[in-house]
Amino acid sequence: MNIESAKMNKYKKLFLLLIFVSRIFPLLAQVIPERPVPPRLVNDFANILSADEVNRLENKLVVFNDSTSTQIAIIIVKSLNGYDKNDLAQRIGEKWGVGRKGKNNGVVILVKPKYGQEKGDACIQTGYGLEGVLPDITCKRIVDNEMIPAFRDNNYYKGLDKGISTIISITKGEYTADQYNKRTNPNPYGMLVPIIILFVVIFLIRSSRGGTHSVGKHLPFWTALWLLGSMGSGGGRGNWGNFSSGGGSFGGGGGFGGFGGGSFGGGGAGGSW
Amino acid sequence: MKLSKGWIVAIVIVIILLLLVSWGTGIYNKLVTKEETVNQQWANVENVYQRRADLIPNLVATVKGVANFEKSTLTAVIEARAKATSVSINPKNLDEASLQRFQQAQDGLSSSLARLMVVVERYPELKATQNFAELQAQLEGTENRITVERMKFNEVAQAYNAYLRQFPAVIFAGIYGFQKKAYFLAEKGAEKAPPVKFD
Repeated sequence: MNIESAKMNKYKKLFLLLIFVSRIFPLLAQVIPERPVPPRLVNDFANILSADEVNRLENKLVVFNDSTSTQIAIIIVKSLNGYDKNDLAQRIGEKWGVGRKGKNNGVVILVKPKYGQEKGDACIQTGYGLEGVLPDITCKRIVDNEMIPAFRDNNYYKGLDKGISTIISITKGEYTADQYNKRTNPNPYGMLVPIIILFVVIFLIRSSRGGTHSVGKHLPFWTALWLLGSMGSGGGRGNWGNFSSGGGSFGGGGGFGGFGGGSFGGGGAGGSW
Repeated sequence: MKLSKGWIVAIVIVIILLLLVSWGTGIYNKLVTKEETVNQQWANVENVYQRRADLIPNLVATVKGVANFEKSTLTAVIEARAKATSVSINPKNLDEASLQRFQQAQDGLSSSLARLMVVVERYPELKATQNFAELQAQLEGTENRITVERMKFNEVAQAYNAYLRQFPAVIFAGIYGFQKKAYFLAEKGAEKAPPVKFD
């Protein structure tokens, strides 16, 4: 009995150790924040912004994402967890996939607020596709001149807002939301062709019938009309579909659709205060 | 029953051979794809190192403009750059010895650049110039890019090596002549931060 209980004890210890280890590992892996669910562009893990400020920033970034497909993500962390700020921002951008796949037009703004004596850090990391329009020196100037002065006054919202406004004005022309444009680009001749055919057929039928008006003889005409009508709606479907898909994005209330799988190569710069 | 035993055996052998060939082709193609990913990432690594090398003549010219700048540090940077650009690797041959040679040359340049930046601290009039500030930001960004591309290289090389050394592929790898790729090693005592700091 004694041996049994000793054995049990051993298993219990092993079991506890396993639980402990399995608890520790996710903690280690969570050093780089997980991608938010549902996706958000403004991620205040340090709770320094009010809900209203977060919403205003988020709306601004979502509108920019919808019109240009360029994704700017703001991440505010309590601690850099021993990482270099640029390194951490790059890893987050890569892990979350900020920006579109193939275009790599993502920007990560990482801020670690100043706590007492601990210095604050801020940096902008650019995806591969934006390195040309946002060179490192530009990122450094945005951080040093637009963001950090406001951060020094403890006004994080103002600094972030000025920072993203500058980035938006610089990158505006770089990418266009071509996938949105493609969908909403109606073919003006799509409706016209069936209508012309319809008129030609009506004209031909009319002229061959010579104005006879019995019901039975009208049947093929209505059949033709119906056939063409369905053809016409087939050609026009793209237009109506586009219209409703345009309305769909309105109906979404400006929500962020999700990160697109962009990749980061370490471009960008930052500063401390 | 017109087929003789010999025929049946022959047909079975042919079928087995066909299966083997298609199996081998699949593994071969996968090896090629993975190796190409490694080669492509190697090109990215060389690219960022080249970017750094391209920045240096500009940096040297800017620093030289300052009166009585310490000559020896500048010469060291120029020499290290020449050494680093002279070492190139054929991506087909990314073995440990040649990668180590490459890394040694590049790390030599990193440390001489770090020394230059320390010396620059003594010349506040240089640090204040617009030109130098820009070069500093670019150099810092390039060091970040080097870290990132090296890390990505190690990741794809690891994926390739792991596939290469696992059971079915390991048989064919020897036949087709695929070889293990080497990894970048963290610099001694510098695995956390890039060597050049501008704070």
